[in-house]
Amino acid sequence: MTTLSDIKSRPIYAGLKVDEYARRHLVAAEGEGARAVIEAFSMAPEALDRTTILYCPGGSAGQDHETALADLAPDLIHVAPSIETLLVRLKGMLNTATMGTRLYATGTEGFIGQVVAAAVGFGVDHHSIFTEHRGSLARRVQCVHCKGMTDNVTATPFTCSHCGLTLFVRDHYSRRLGAFQGVCVDAEEPGVIPPAEELYK
Amino acid sequence: MGIQFKQETFRDDYTFSNSPEAIRRFPFPFDRDEYMYSVNIEQHMPGPPKSYVEFPIDIDEHYVSEMRDRAIVLKEDPLRCQSLPHMLPAEWDLVELLMDSMSKHYPEHFQLTKDGDRWHWVNQPLGIDQTFTFGDTATLPCPPMEYITRQCQGDFALLDQRQDNLWMDAGIVTTQADWSLDFDIGMNFMEWHGPVPIAHDIGVFDRALKFLLNLQQGRPVRRLNWTMTINPRLDTSPENYHKWGQEKATVTPENVGDKVHLRVELQALWRLPRSNAIVFSIRAYLISMEELVTIPKWGRRFPRILKSLPEPIANYKGLSRYREMTIDWLSKYDDGQPTSPGFFPD
Amino acid sequence: MSGGVEILVRVADIEQATATVRRFTLAPLSGEPLPVYSAGAHVVVTMDDDGHRIRNPYSLISRAQDGSHYRIGVLKTPNSRGGSIYLHEKVCEGDELVITMPVNLFPIVRTGRKHVLVAGGIGVTPIYAMAEELRAASAPYEIHYAMRDASCGAFADELVEMHGDKVRLYRDDAQEVIRVDAILPHQPLGTHLYVCGPEGMIDAILAGGRKAGWPVENLHSERFLAPMGGAPFSVALAKAGITATVRSDQSLLEAIEEAGVDAPYLCRGGACGQCETRVISADGELIHNDHYLSDEEKASGAKIMTCVSRLKGRELVLDL
Repeated sequence: MTTLSDIKSRPIYAGLKVDEYARRHLVAAEGEGARAVIEAFSMAPEALDRTTILYCPGGSAGQDHETALADLAPDLIHVAPSIETLLVRLKGMLNTATMGTRLYATGTEGFIGQVVAAAVGFGVDHHSIFTEHRGSLARRVQCVHCKGMTDNVTATPFTCSHCGLTLFVRDHYSRRLGAFQGVCVDAEEPGVIPPAEELYK
Repeated sequence: MGIQFKQETFRDDYTFSNSPEAIRRFPFPFDRDEYMYSVNIEQHMPGPPKSYVEFPIDIDEHYVSEMRDRAIVLKEDPLRCQSLPHMLPAEWDLVELLMDSMSKHYPEHFQLTKDGDRWHWVNQPLGIDQTFTFGDTATLPCPPMEYITRQCQGDFALLDQRQDNLWMDAGIVTTQADWSLDFDIGMNFMEWHGPVPIAHDIGVFDRALKFLLNLQQGRPVRRLNWTMTINPRLDTSPENYHKWGQEKATVTPENVGDKVHLRVELQALWRLPRSNAIVFSIRAYLISMEELVTIPKWGRRFPRILKSLPEPIANYKGLSRYREMTIDWLSKYDDGQPTSPGFFPD
Repeated sequence: MSGGVEILVRVADIEQATATVRRFTLAPLSGEPLPVYSAGAHVVVTMDDDGHRIRNPYSLISRAQDGSHYRIGVLKTPNSRGGSIYLHEKVCEGDELVITMPVNLFPIVRTGRKHVLVAGGIGVTPIYAMAEELRAASAPYEIHYAMRDASCGAFADELVEMHGDKVRLYRDDAQEVIRVDAILPHQPLGTHLYVCGPEGMIDAILAGGRKAGWPVENLHSERFLAPMGGAPFSVALAKAGITATVRSDQSLLEAIEEAGVDAPYLCRGGACGQCETRVISADGELIHNDHYLSDEEKASGAKIMTCVSRLKGRELVLDL
């Protein structure tokens, strides 16, 4: 588990632990998050026949984490080709889910953010979602000017993939958007742009 | 006789200015010569006649022009006004609070008559005459919070109370000091104050949250906050920062008095009855350095404040670029004489 | 004034709702409409019983549309310090009382997709108001109300009349108990549960909720504690320079008020945290009865909630 810096608006990713009382375990995992799922659920094998795993290999494609997850023998495992398709299936399941379902989210911060935002839309209190950050520290960033999202930002400043402004990544996180805030870096002196620093690898 | 509303602009040619009366009632936020961080929350009680706290909702000579500026902002960027679906009862609470207060304290400009749920609202300065059913959104031309806040000076945020926290789940924000409603909506009290330096470490927000969770109906509170702005621009939003940021570099020793403005926010909080939400109003007042120094006490005090401001706070407020130049310009108004305690002019 | 704005009311009607519960209809003396409130709110009623000032919180059951009255329900508790007995035995129609502005420590979570309301006995009072608010908002909800026997039916009859088959009634004398394990499993995601009733019932419902796999974030309860009596002790108020005795039949807060000091309070039931006071010294054990301080804070002995907690010892010195 990665320890993240002291940003007040950033969620605390306390780590996955299996809720022994849950009637159903709904697990959304991306990339290296597979390792967190395996670690947590191999400690609680009695929960697996009530467990659904939605997995997107993402940044860990080719490492065959999906086989290791299948070896846990959960009630159901679905491997999605992309985060978008995983979220479509997740929302479909949340729509008919009942109380007693515990939701887990693990992977990169941008992925966790999107899962949490989807669940909040179904009335889930975000505190009740168990989360664990795994994999790259790359950030999902929203341009405050054009509102466009740029995924996998590893350096600040960077160029907005939508409007082309050069954006400084602010240490301010929105759970609703599942993203950090990007603000024009050369607004006061156009063209004066500090060198990019790789901070979020 | 009522208020003489001015025709002026907060963008492009910047014709905004304060009358001598508006200067005297300006909410100067420093009661001593040295800068001190404080939360300074007090009861929002009626203050002296003609002061900015004479009434709970302050309407002044800039009202009509500020409302015109808000309409321009909303036309360009509708995301400045947002409300999550569960906040509708709080929106109606806000309609009641503002219409009641404005019509009670400024009856020559605003009139409200109620016949059960049938309300009749007249806003003479803006030429509005509206009959509607309280609680029925379809009887207003736009959602209730947007409807009434297009007619009231100040930004407003509606805070839902649940799980022992306050959640900023609705608001209209067009005159802000560099924060984004679209980004912050849905955040809790600690989260939206995240970027503020120092205060977290000394426990200010923990204490303030605990205080506000027990805020009572009928006992609103207020505090003053301040920053500085180049040109009398109300919309210093992050959304438009790439458009107004360059103005910060236009300050020269010759134009400080005209360009540099002290911007004070009168922040007030009320518990709302139907929704148990809290409304957080942020009413911005602007004054140029030229206007400020017409009050000798403020002309002496403000450069002393700027000198004693810690660097992280100056950076957070975004005034590092022109702080020294402003101190130099103001220093000719500071003869070194002692100042009297308290906020008000001598 | 530490408890906030006060409202003078007249007792317009008293109704014996059950063998042990009276409902009081309170009308404003000023004629101005009583404030609107959100369901789950309570008011603190001030009573003057032969020079003894008693202040108790009571949940608001309902408000007339035009604000011409509030209703509260009061259970007669024989071992109380007198508040409920005073209201049952000494207050008559036409008498005047002082109440505070409504305060809500038990709000409906408006982000919820459905609401399960559970009440036992007198705990029905906030639940009654919550059901009405949810009905008016066309939000999904259901009500489970446990009562002693059919003679306790005044609230039950009205609930059924207003909410029809959304109400499920349980009678102790017919061995009917609220089966949490039957109610909770099939509720849709985003449902919240609210329970108000006797301490043991609240504990059982909340434990049942966790057993059904519900997150703690979706389980809500309101526990109003009547301040418990105890051995008398002495309290010294350091700032005011006053020493007073806390009698066995009064709370620490009441003794402080009787000594003429305007101390902070809001709920007077150990829930809101407003009366938190710093302890300077205590020669004895602090008896913490509140639901506000954490176990660590209670153990530290640095703070006390004056509304329900007291000292087992000789003298308590407070920063007041």
